[in-house]
Amino acid sequence: MMRPAMADIPAPAAPRPSAWTLALRDVRDGVLNVRVWQMLAWYEIRQRYKRSVLGPFWLTISMGALVAAMGPLYGRLFNQDVSAYFPYLAIGFIVWQLISSLLVEAGQVFIVAQPYIHQVRMPFTVHVLRMIWRNVIVFLHNLVIVLVVLWWFPPKDPWLALTALPGLLLVLLNAVWIGLLLGVLCARFRDIPPIITSLVQLAFFLTPVLWHKEMLGGIQWAADLNPLYHLIELVRAPLLGQALPPHSWPAVLLMTALGFAVTLPFFARYRGRIAYWV
Amino acid sequence: MGYIRATDLRVQFAVYGIASRSLKKSLLRAATGGALATDAAAVVVKALDGVSFEIREGERIGLQGHNGSGKTTLLRILAGAYEPVSGTVDIRGSVVSMLSITLGMDPDATGYENIFLRGAIMGMSRKETEAIVDDVIAFAGIGDYIYLPLRTYSSGMSMRLAFAISTVVSADIILMDEWLNVGDAEFAAKVQQRLNQLLGSAKIVVLASHDDALLKQHCTRIIRLDHGRIVSDAPVAR
Repeated sequence: MMRPAMADIPAPAAPRPSAWTLALRDVRDGVLNVRVWQMLAWYEIRQRYKRSVLGPFWLTISMGALVAAMGPLYGRLFNQDVSAYFPYLAIGFIVWQLISSLLVEAGQVFIVAQPYIHQVRMPFTVHVLRMIWRNVIVFLHNLVIVLVVLWWFPPKDPWLALTALPGLLLVLLNAVWIGLLLGVLCARFRDIPPIITSLVQLAFFLTPVLWHKEMLGGIQWAADLNPLYHLIELVRAPLLGQALPPHSWPAVLLMTALGFAVTLPFFARYRGRIAYWV
Repeated sequence: MGYIRATDLRVQFAVYGIASRSLKKSLLRAATGGALATDAAAVVVKALDGVSFEIREGERIGLQGHNGSGKTTLLRILAGAYEPVSGTVDIRGSVVSMLSITLGMDPDATGYENIFLRGAIMGMSRKETEAIVDDVIAFAGIGDYIYLPLRTYSSGMSMRLAFAISTVVSADIILMDEWLNVGDAEFAAKVQQRLNQLLGSAKIVVLASHDDALLKQHCTRIIRLDHGRIVSDAPVAR
């Protein structure tokens, strides 16, 4: 065939964008690909519960049973007034469930997306957002329990409850950097996922979910230093009609800023290697 | 617009998983300066070792080589899935990768839903997918099965559907790993016709195969790879 004339040669390509540009573009395009990550998350949930009549509501039922059994039990163990303790435990536990699965699954985001990563060009952020969205869907199912609990034990200030929403959004925003950071680390070092799983299990007992921070007596600062406590409080306290601990918003905002400040350079540095690690 | 230029592409895989992808080994290595972690030098495979070429509009490129010669790695780089460790690749034009035409299909979703799922993964919007959905259904020719879950399909039927979706959009640059042979004799004729039509309208085609005759039939130029290097790059004599 005829070779095109020299005049047709395209101008030299623009210099390759820097790793920073590529990383930021990845995050931006990932977020903009709403349809893809929502769709993939939704089908993943559906696939898990296909042909079961109740579908994802099985999660709600098992969570409901758990909370219904543990509320009175631990209320008694800790000598608490059930009408105050039960909503505290129920809501705290459901929020904990969201945060802990976000943490545990963060390490797997790129490992499980291996077929996609090897075959098509897709922003890596899509895989993180897909994991987060799947957990949001599960959380929304569990929200039924929260509504039942709130109906049974109405909060003092229903309007305050609405401020749980920005709190939830901030929790999810933190899940983005955690997913990018742990996703890359775990793709490279396969020992980290089991470490995360055990740490999260441990954290459940060390974080005020089953117990109140006040029960710590003189060492309440230990809970104040726990970032997971502040993340939970951001959603739990407004739903219970309580004022947020004064440090919670600043602590979580600081954590978000630091998290992205650490993750973005890290992600920029190793983004190109992910495909070879998974 | 279709144009590809690759300059000195290099890809090395460190093969982990034997022992060295463990945190323990890395920590040991860091702490002991490599004295204790004996596998410190992970097995490094040079998948591509300084590959340069230029592909212009109208060319049909055959990538030939044995297993492990770097064909698939090169295709994945052209598809944008891999980033080369060093070197640059400049691609102008829309790329459709047919490296895995079943990627992302969900066995529990219906054929109809899978068209949308697969479309989203290929980067199509809902509107764009709606525009092609009738064409896909007609081409796949699986009748009312389209409303049943994919897992009820025979393997031939799901391949037909996957093929129909993946080949419905035309692109400037088409990447293929092995020639697609789908379905029974009757459907195969339809497939070949569709492929020829698709490849005919593409500005650049890159087809990897180790079948010499097939490449000579479909390509205008054959690049031979061996151990990650180009050993020959010549037009096909007609």
